[in-house]
Amino acid sequence: MIEVLSSGALLTIQDQGRPGYAALGVPRSGAMDRRALATANRLVGNPEQAAGLEAVLGCCLRFHTAATVAVAGAPTESLKWGEAITVAAGSLVEIAAPVNGLRHYVAVRGGIDATVVLGSRSTDTLSGLGPARLRAGDYLATGPEPAAPPGRGHAIPAPLADAPLRVMAGPREDWFVPDALALLATAEWSVRSESNRVGLRLDGPVLARGRDGELRSEPTLPGALQVPPNGRPIIFGPDAPVTGGYPVIAVLREDDLGRLAQLRPGDILRFINS
Amino acid sequence: MRVLPYGERAVLIETETPLALRDALASAAGVVEIVPASRTLLVRFDPQRATAEDVAALAARPVPPASATVGELIKLPVTYDGVDLEAVAAETRLSLEEVIARHSSGEYVVAFCGFAPGFAYLTGLDPALHLPRLAEPRTSVPAGSVAIAAEFTGVYPRSSPGGWRLLGRTETTLWDVARPDPALLSPGTRVRFTRS
Repeated sequence: MIEVLSSGALLTIQDQGRPGYAALGVPRSGAMDRRALATANRLVGNPEQAAGLEAVLGCCLRFHTAATVAVAGAPTESLKWGEAITVAAGSLVEIAAPVNGLRHYVAVRGGIDATVVLGSRSTDTLSGLGPARLRAGDYLATGPEPAAPPGRGHAIPAPLADAPLRVMAGPREDWFVPDALALLATAEWSVRSESNRVGLRLDGPVLARGRDGELRSEPTLPGALQVPPNGRPIIFGPDAPVTGGYPVIAVLREDDLGRLAQLRPGDILRFINS
Repeated sequence: MRVLPYGERAVLIETETPLALRDALASAAGVVEIVPASRTLLVRFDPQRATAEDVAALAARPVPPASATVGELIKLPVTYDGVDLEAVAAETRLSLEEVIARHSSGEYVVAFCGFAPGFAYLTGLDPALHLPRLAEPRTSVPAGSVAIAAEFTGVYPRSSPGGWRLLGRTETTLWDVARPDPALLSPGTRVRFTRS
């Protein structure tokens, strides 16, 4: 058993999410950085689909039974980052809030157990599907020992805010003034504090509409840059609604989606059209 | 019809017949997921098995007429005692009885789901009942509330904030993850409301 002693800013159970149900109104959800969670799982010998913990600004756990644990995501000095370690029964594992980045992924050999909802153990913060967010005092069970031994080697730290996020022109680029996409790619954007797993809200210049009128609600995907009437884009995260009524000017490249997990309020970021 | 880019693994298709096109593309090679909306269709594909151009070529073929209209028919018993019923009657200049009669006489089709798991946007609402959303959304609408907004009607699957006008309520469970098909209403389902 694992006891949650402190849950940081937000501690949730996440796996690779529940894709495939968007037509029923169900967000994809899952780890914001799915690759980091898969890496942590590999290090402890779990299948990549196993559930782990997504910790915003650290967490503190008490392992009441011995366990093999790995942490990936934001760099940390509190544990051997990116390497499987064995903890004895009674051990306290404290992961301090990161200095750079925002989220850690904690994998435990056997995976975190929780009721599977539509094929996933992920907490969906928008629709309420999956387990509730974790609080101090919660106890977590792990699943059966996997067949594979713990993996060797180290995880590679995710790139942080400095490299520009790569975007492609989106479906409604023609709803904006002609130089809006170029402005998106040349301006500096800062992450607003209202950002979360649903979306990252950005501050920067106004991406002006080139036409009036209302768009009918249309399907969306994580990574879409939707622009409400105030002209400031919102990058959709894993818990974003499956339909939206504001035009999408650009869409993030698939490989850069996971980087959203490490952007903190106040961070400055850039985009590149590629 | 227009095919618009949506990142590396999806396209958004503008079409007048999203459900018919959904049915036509459902078994196409490399298509992973199809999500309809009222005039668009999002098609996610596996980039190792298909390209955006492949999907566009498939979508350009003639589509058989909407087989979606032969979807399953669900009857939902409704108690018409919603808090907005009188205001709707006043704004539409209809009597309470006429509002209820018009809402419960139509046959509706689920165009798409969104907003919340199992929340279906039903098309086919009598034009006399087309009213904008409330200026100020409610912070909490009870589960089972039967409501209207613009050209749609729908049922809140669970308690949530909401800006639709409430006409009544149904006891039928719209969303239950313990069921093999958690959503009672999915795109293409036909719906009738009956007075209970």
